[in-house]
Amino acid sequence: MYTPIFVFLYFALLACCSLCLYRIWRGPTPPDRTVAIDILGILLVGFAAIFSASTGKAYFMNVALAWALLSFIGTLALAKHMEGRNFDD
Amino acid sequence: MIKYLGIALLYAGVLFDLIGCIGLVRLPDVYNRLQAATKCVTLGTCMILAGTILMTTSLILAIQGIICLVFILITSPTAAHALARGAYKAGVKLWDKSIVDHYGEDQS
Amino acid sequence: MANKIILFLLSYLIWLLLTWPFDFSTGQINVQAIVAGFIASILVAMIMREISYHRLARLFNPLRYFWFCVYILVFSYYLVKSNLDVAFRVLHPDLPIKPGIVKIKTRLQTDTAITALANSITLTPGTLTVDYRNDGYFYVHWIYVTTFSQEEAAARIIGRFEWFIHKIFEG
Repeated sequence: MYTPIFVFLYFALLACCSLCLYRIWRGPTPPDRTVAIDILGILLVGFAAIFSASTGKAYFMNVALAWALLSFIGTLALAKHMEGRNFDD
Repeated sequence: MIKYLGIALLYAGVLFDLIGCIGLVRLPDVYNRLQAATKCVTLGTCMILAGTILMTTSLILAIQGIICLVFILITSPTAAHALARGAYKAGVKLWDKSIVDHYGEDQS
Repeated sequence: MANKIILFLLSYLIWLLLTWPFDFSTGQINVQAIVAGFIASILVAMIMREISYHRLARLFNPLRYFWFCVYILVFSYYLVKSNLDVAFRVLHPDLPIKPGIVKIKTRLQTDTAITALANSITLTPGTLTVDYRNDGYFYVHWIYVTTFSQEEAAARIIGRFEWFIHKIFEG
């Protein structure tokens, strides 16, 4: 799990996540922050996939699937909210 | 052999993720950021999942990885489209140096 | 009724793929997961609103699957190309972008085809769908606008995909 090949990948993905967090912190408007949150969700799916590749355990892929579903629904809800509509149309 | 192909895909995917996140920080307005980030991060994560599928020996992991890949490839553009529309409806202006806006012309 | 049966089969198939209750190495089958999935799929098919599949016979037309496979190859080429394009624009020190929202007309009719075309537009070089109007117009955010004319923009943005998607979803 902690072979140098994978450790490099973990650090690169951590750099991606910190760039997203910078945008969430700094983003001048709410839509900027929402975009960064969406991207952070997809990056974490990739993170879970790399974990399952390095450990060979299947349950990390379950985490990735559930995270992809939840992040998509959350993004849609935030987008509808920004648009100024109710959640039921 | 196929293991090294998987590792190469993992590295390429992480590289694309990194480029997408640099775009998220560097580009000037919401729509450009959304473009760079959505394209690069979608392809990057799909490459990571493909690399995982190639490297693994377990069947269930491969099946779930394929489902996850197809799911991300379908939902990520949809989320980007909803976000772009929401940002426009929320009143975020285009960048100052944008040269054309047919959408705003048709709204007013 | 036929729609509900298709919905049931689809959800049951996805359940089986997700849980994967077969173990080939030992030959055991997890009966619990199969039965639970069966009940859950029946409930889903009963509760869900009718989803209308017009012209059901088209699902079994092999020519559409052939064009779908060709389209996947073409699409992957443009996907990788668009990523290299974005990488060039992001890493270039002067940020060579010239953004704008243009309006293009499509001749596609069905909802599935329009959704597929919108997703293809988003994932290909320099373009992002912002909105769709019911009379057949897309509003597309373009990162490097090269033309103001509506027809030329349509030819450059969706000219390479519209034909394929028409073949696949409406042919």
